[in-house]
Amino acid sequence: MSEEILNINELHTHFFTDNGEIPAVDGVSISVNKGEVVGIVGESGCGKSVTSLSIMQLVPSPPGKIVSGSIEFKGENLVRSSKKRMKQIRGNEISMIFQEPMTSLDPLFTIGNQLREAIRLHQNVSKKEAIRKSIEMLKLVGIPRAEEVIDEYPHQLSGGMRQRVMIAIAMACDPEILIADEPTTALDVTIQAQILDLMKRLNEEKETAIVLITHDLGVVAEICDRVVVMYAGQVVEEGTTREILKDPQHPYSKGLIRSLPKIHERDQKLYSIPGTVPKPKMGMVGCRFKDRCEFAYDRCFEENPALYSIEGNRRSRCFLSDDPEKVVTENAEANIGS
Amino acid sequence: MQKPILEVNGLKKYFDIKGGIFGRSVGSVKAVDDVSFTVQEGEILGIVGESGCGKSTTGKSILRLIEPTEGEVKFEDKDITQLSGEDMRKLRRNMQIIFQDPYASLNPRHTVEKIISEPLLIHGMTDAKERKDRVKELLEVVGLSGYHASRYPHQFSGGQRQRIGIARALANNPKLIICDEPVSALDVSVQSQILNLMEKLRDQFNLTYVFIAHDLSVVKHISDRVGVMYLGRMVELTEKDKLYDDPKHPYTKALLSAVPLPDPDIEKDRVILEGDVPSPSNPPTGCAFHTRCPLAMDICKEVRPQFEEIEDNHFVACHLYDETAQ
Repeated sequence: MSEEILNINELHTHFFTDNGEIPAVDGVSISVNKGEVVGIVGESGCGKSVTSLSIMQLVPSPPGKIVSGSIEFKGENLVRSSKKRMKQIRGNEISMIFQEPMTSLDPLFTIGNQLREAIRLHQNVSKKEAIRKSIEMLKLVGIPRAEEVIDEYPHQLSGGMRQRVMIAIAMACDPEILIADEPTTALDVTIQAQILDLMKRLNEEKETAIVLITHDLGVVAEICDRVVVMYAGQVVEEGTTREILKDPQHPYSKGLIRSLPKIHERDQKLYSIPGTVPKPKMGMVGCRFKDRCEFAYDRCFEENPALYSIEGNRRSRCFLSDDPEKVVTENAEANIGS
Repeated sequence: MQKPILEVNGLKKYFDIKGGIFGRSVGSVKAVDDVSFTVQEGEILGIVGESGCGKSTTGKSILRLIEPTEGEVKFEDKDITQLSGEDMRKLRRNMQIIFQDPYASLNPRHTVEKIISEPLLIHGMTDAKERKDRVKELLEVVGLSGYHASRYPHQFSGGQRQRIGIARALANNPKLIICDEPVSALDVSVQSQILNLMEKLRDQFNLTYVFIAHDLSVVKHISDRVGVMYLGRMVELTEKDKLYDDPKHPYTKALLSAVPLPDPDIEKDRVILEGDVPSPSNPPTGCAFHTRCPLAMDICKEVRPQFEEIEDNHFVACHLYDETAQ
């Protein structure tokens, strides 16, 4: 029933800076099925945004570079694709919306202009047809007075409206995958509810797969089918939304969920994970979370844990879930010093 | 009976909009429009609202970092809006603020020691040795170490910087601290550390907080009472359990239902509000919320509802609860 359309395998995206090589994404594997909403969750600096930029081949280079790994979109490896081919794919088959609706639209062009550009670049249609389609898209994302809005400039719209316009542009060519990098972080809760509602509707109506990058577990619970938790450049846990939120296995996911203040619970002291996120650097030995983990033992300091399969599609990068027969990716030693 | 440490009555702050060739005032942005509340000693009052609702302006007006246009702010029964600059400066030893952005609120060219000892020096601790000891003590109170004093802000992470900001606010043993979105720039795991620290300090030093934030779960966690603001006005104010279990104002209801919860099992009747917050330079007549309110009546368009106590300690500004209007 579900057909895999995106498969990221052992992706390593490194940044080459004056202070040495920084493995921002360090062996990430994620797969996305048709019509599925996958959430990538993690704190700042965990590599979730770099992962999404890697999919689009938009990692600023230099200093960034995809060192190894593959990103297969319907069997085609995007890492090896030519620039020309990527241009065809971007905005047409895979599109992306960014966090800042204020800065991702060009202030010098009208909304209609920017929508038409996306449509005419990928579809062989007349200008008239493109205008008609633009208005249709704006109506689809719930913008009132769409006929007038296409002649307005971005500064005339509010944040929520601009994010709708961004979604309209991203959805204009019926992409198969929509990558949304913190789409609601800059918006207020009532507007956020509107945008999430819209994304969910588009996902259901058009069967667009959505890769949602966020730090907000509430947003994840709202629309995601499956969740990938990232920490310090690696996937630490993977499972369905319910599994992750109700029964997290990795100590980091557990800590993250416990440290959220809950709106429906009487107060108790808030749990907090001690310490801070480590800075990614080359040749780290042992589990990335060991210094903050209450369950850490000798093995965590000596070996790199692999992503152990728990049951079905659930995986956790923790020795506590280690059952030698179920190891999926044997990347432990291979990564050291790469 | 507790006594109020802070009383705000009819606070207004209008920012002029200049325009035309002579740069005359052509209108005003009503950032804070007639807000009143009291804060008891040792209490944490949360103020929530969306961006542009005037919550930060309210916080800054209380300290007169922004000069209020009208209204009175009473701190320990003294109206501080009438004080001279010099008297106000002396009083600020008792009233401090923690800012939102831990990156922008610390001077990058000063060491942590200089940052924290500056308020000590201003408020009369002239002995260098004494200041140094106090800085060390403060750093330890907020969970850093004495040796951090000689470092510069860029050497710290966001959470640590926010701790430095807190240490600076605590330097002169204030009675009241205005916390302006102190955790919204931080990651979840660090956010909980800071919230716990702030609660610990409240108990340890008997502080009073006015806690301004847009995150409803955070406010719920830390506050004793919560006020909800919309477009420069306070629309509801009550004890936090009452507010979260039994919200009265339609805006509060919508706001609470819009919060995404990290629990897939909670089914919610979501009230999705139409449209955007109107511009505060041209707020709607009558009740500011009537343009988006699902329950708006005719009277809402014309008469501004009074902020009244409808139940014990439960203040709401809505015509639905105004018997004379119905």
